[in-house]
Amino acid sequence: MLRYRFVLLLLVLWSPVWATEHLVGVGRPYVTIHAALNNARSGDTIVVYEGTYAEGNLAIDRPLTLLGVNYPVLDGQHLAEVITVTASYVTIRGFAICNSGQLSTKDIAGIKVLSANHVNIEENRLRDCNFGIYLSDTDDARICCNDVQGIIKEEQNSGNGIHLWKCARIMVEENYLTGHRDGIYFEFVTDSEIRNNNSERNLRYGLHFMFSHNDHYHHNRFHHNGAGVAVMYSRQVQMTENEFGYNWGSAAYGLLLKDISDSHIWRNTFEHNSAAVYMEGASRITLEQNVFRENGWALRVQASCDANVIRQNNFFGNSFDVSTNGSLVLNSFDSNYWDRYEGYDLNRDGVGDVPFRPVSLYAVVVERMPYGLMLMRSFMVYLMDKAEKIIPALTPELLLDEKPSMSPLTLAL
Amino acid sequence: MLPSFRIIKYVLMDILQNRIIIGYTLFLFAVSFGLFNLGGDSTKGLVGLLNIVLIVTPLVSIVFSTIHFYNSYEFIELLAAQPIRRSLIVWSEFWGLTIALTLATLVGIGVPVVVFAANATGISLVLVAVGLSVVFISIALLASVLTRDKAKGIGVVLLLWFLFALLYDALVLFLMFAFADYPLEKAMLGFVCLNPIDLARVVVLLQMDIAALMGYTGALFREFLGTNWGIVFALFVLAVWAIVPMLLAVRVFNRKDL
Repeated sequence: MLRYRFVLLLLVLWSPVWATEHLVGVGRPYVTIHAALNNARSGDTIVVYEGTYAEGNLAIDRPLTLLGVNYPVLDGQHLAEVITVTASYVTIRGFAICNSGQLSTKDIAGIKVLSANHVNIEENRLRDCNFGIYLSDTDDARICCNDVQGIIKEEQNSGNGIHLWKCARIMVEENYLTGHRDGIYFEFVTDSEIRNNNSERNLRYGLHFMFSHNDHYHHNRFHHNGAGVAVMYSRQVQMTENEFGYNWGSAAYGLLLKDISDSHIWRNTFEHNSAAVYMEGASRITLEQNVFRENGWALRVQASCDANVIRQNNFFGNSFDVSTNGSLVLNSFDSNYWDRYEGYDLNRDGVGDVPFRPVSLYAVVVERMPYGLMLMRSFMVYLMDKAEKIIPALTPELLLDEKPSMSPLTLAL
Repeated sequence: MLPSFRIIKYVLMDILQNRIIIGYTLFLFAVSFGLFNLGGDSTKGLVGLLNIVLIVTPLVSIVFSTIHFYNSYEFIELLAAQPIRRSLIVWSEFWGLTIALTLATLVGIGVPVVVFAANATGISLVLVAVGLSVVFISIALLASVLTRDKAKGIGVVLLLWFLFALLYDALVLFLMFAFADYPLEKAMLGFVCLNPIDLARVVVLLQMDIAALMGYTGALFREFLGTNWGIVFALFVLAVWAIVPMLLAVRVFNRKDL
């Protein structure tokens, strides 16, 4: 980060000395952006004024700054990739980019960056592009304050809002993403930060992580996505203070963790998801101080997970608090608040005196036989759960919270 | 006025003046209002109300109908001495009870639901509440005409209620475990139709967003019961549950030595 800031500072200091401004628009020196691009030298600035420019593909192969005034429209007319960047130190700011082409053999984007570093993409509005902003083999880039809205199509014909492949040290912040396949897609992206984004109503995932290590995402909002947020095959991912909500559906999750390790999930809010957190093959993850409210399942921890720590979370009004598919328990539950806890606290230290078993008998039944959900809210099921709480027979005996909190934990910042 | 209407009217008036039916209406009304005002969220109120509808409505209908039948036994004997068909007497009892309990349900549950949660879930809840009342009246009448002794009759209907409200689900759970290795999705659909209370519960739950939890089975059920046609189908099954025991009751009563 420091290096990147330093370079930016250098750019800012040097550009007035060297750069020439090329003005594009009606009654300006250039009528088309292509003409300006052809005459621009490295380090120049191209200022594009209001208007509609349907010029096919704009290839940027020199370090340039492109500035839009009052959001000039760059129309791909459903044929072209609108902007392709192959040079480092390029800034693109303030454009309305729409109607990129779409091919099943090639990923066509609104803005694509190929093997270039130190690229800034800021304050653009993208509408109906196949992929929105696409970075490939790019380091030290910044994608900020863009508004990316796709038109919902079927999954195989749709691209991602922000797509990053094999990148490092990227900052993705304050973007709005909707109507794409995945809002933000990370594959082989390391040491990056995703913050203050709003990703909603995407076809598949709000955020999709694959093989991306040492990343931090925080203060993002993921609502109403087809399947929630997925973090897969990654390690050392920090997930803090995000909101995961309203991901309803038979295969939807607030947060799907698959084959991920050494990560930290801290102070997130999970509300109204089918399964707030689904863990499969997850190791050494700490789930701490999160709030789970009115989800179908708060936690679905498969038996393939080990050494995870679940502590100091608040659980309110979930249909099932925890469910698991085996009797082997290698994870620890500690000091959580469970609204279903009915124990007592004789010494008044705020910690319940009897352990809480978060897995109900019915949760075990449903995990084994999903069609058992037909008996949901049956009075019989309620009675059985009560009986099982007193004498556990089928639920994993060791899955318990030894120190349940008597009152909701205050998680003020 | 046709004699049949005159008898129904008499039975209805007799029931409507009954203190128990008034108390039942007030109870439902109070509970509904209480549940809706307690949580603040109308969905929570509906979930709470669903439990009441599934347990209390069948119990009150079945016990009240049985007691009413035995209490008006002398009146029934008197009518049987008149030149009217016997089936008319049982049907009059049925319609009198049905109209009275439907009114009680509509006032006790319907009004609060319309006030606090006039959506598809609320309406389906009221519909199944009425449906369950009618089904259990019909079952009660069948049990009553089959047993002469009042105490025995009440015992039988209590057992029947216990079977439908509790034992049946335990039985289904047992079968689920016993046949865990087999795909039971479609069989479950059959099991649900074989118990009016389960059918009512599933129909209302499918209207709530809880349906999303149900995964593949849920998808199957939603396709089958969650659509408008599904509701029509469920009401049809409930109607079968109401009509078949009633026809049997008429048949038995026609041949009964009073």
